[in-house]
Amino acid sequence: MNLYEGWQYLKSAPLFGLLLTLLAYRIALAVNRRAGGKPLLHSVFVGVLLVVVFLLAAGVDYRTYMQGASVVYWLLSPATVAMAVPLYLNLARLKRAFAPLTATLLVGAVVGVVSAAGLGQLFGLPRELVLSLAPRSVTTPFAIGLAEQSGGVPEFATAFVLISGVFGAIVVKPLFDRLGLAHDWLLGFSTGLAAHGVGTARAFQLSERAGAIAGLAMGLNGVATAALLPVLLHWMGV
Amino acid sequence: MLETLIWLIGYYLAGEFLARSLALPLPGSVLGMLLLFLTLCVRRGVPLTLREHVPPLMQHLSLLFIPSGVGAVLLSARLAEHAAALAVVLTVSTLATLLASAWLLRRLLAGHPLLADAPADEEGA
Repeated sequence: MNLYEGWQYLKSAPLFGLLLTLLAYRIALAVNRRAGGKPLLHSVFVGVLLVVVFLLAAGVDYRTYMQGASVVYWLLSPATVAMAVPLYLNLARLKRAFAPLTATLLVGAVVGVVSAAGLGQLFGLPRELVLSLAPRSVTTPFAIGLAEQSGGVPEFATAFVLISGVFGAIVVKPLFDRLGLAHDWLLGFSTGLAAHGVGTARAFQLSERAGAIAGLAMGLNGVATAALLPVLLHWMGV
Repeated sequence: MLETLIWLIGYYLAGEFLARSLALPLPGSVLGMLLLFLTLCVRRGVPLTLREHVPPLMQHLSLLFIPSGVGAVLLSARLAEHAAALAVVLTVSTLATLLASAWLLRRLLAGHPLLADAPADEEGA
């Protein structure tokens, strides 16, 4: 019997990365649930941490891990397509104040891209980082697609989106309370525009209505940003 | 479930095909989403299979971010020297987007029944 041999095979087996990702996610869900849904213990962060610790400890490189994990990664594109369903079902809300909401959506999308990419340029960051920052305020599957297309680094875009989302989710309630903006429509819509999925989950904790509004804004912002991004990047000379 | 996968992967690849054939500056996945959205508008409803299976799929969306999140950590040496600048960009940009959209929306909705907060009429939406 040679356990070492078996282990060597196992950690480079194509499906190993897949199992590792699923397991890490499953544990992360349990941790997050026990912690009462805290944004900092978001299942992505815990899951990523578990996988990274394992890979480093076992001496497996990213490419080997990705052989199996890319199955999960590929599903991002069909998941983006699936967002058409909640968007369609939520559309009635948009019609209640079509002009103000659309105007806010467009301004929010522009501010999201220009503030991130513009500040990145101002600080003299490398082009690949500026392009990874640009889709910071859209939901991760959109941001990954947009970064891939524009020449950013999808991995970094993922990190920037998630960090923004967690930061937005943490500050939105105290900030909006202090500034007198704590209304479901204001809080929900701007959280969806600025802090996408993580923010939307936070809005759902505050109220069902704020959450649904945030989800609508998040979906619309994905489409608006995708359409505006090439124009804005060109205009900014990125 | 099978039909849902066929719908989603089919629309994704249709989007990819269209984006490449027309040389559109949009990711195929986003175009696929728009195509599906248009289909739903034309059909005036969501097919049963999507209505049943999309919400549970969306519930586990964050699973899909783990591989690229792992990549971000393992490649983070390339970020280290820019860490301070990145932290400022992400903080300021998130705050700017939040506040700009909230203030604008409050101005535009001034006097609109949506902000009058009548919870009773709300969930009719």
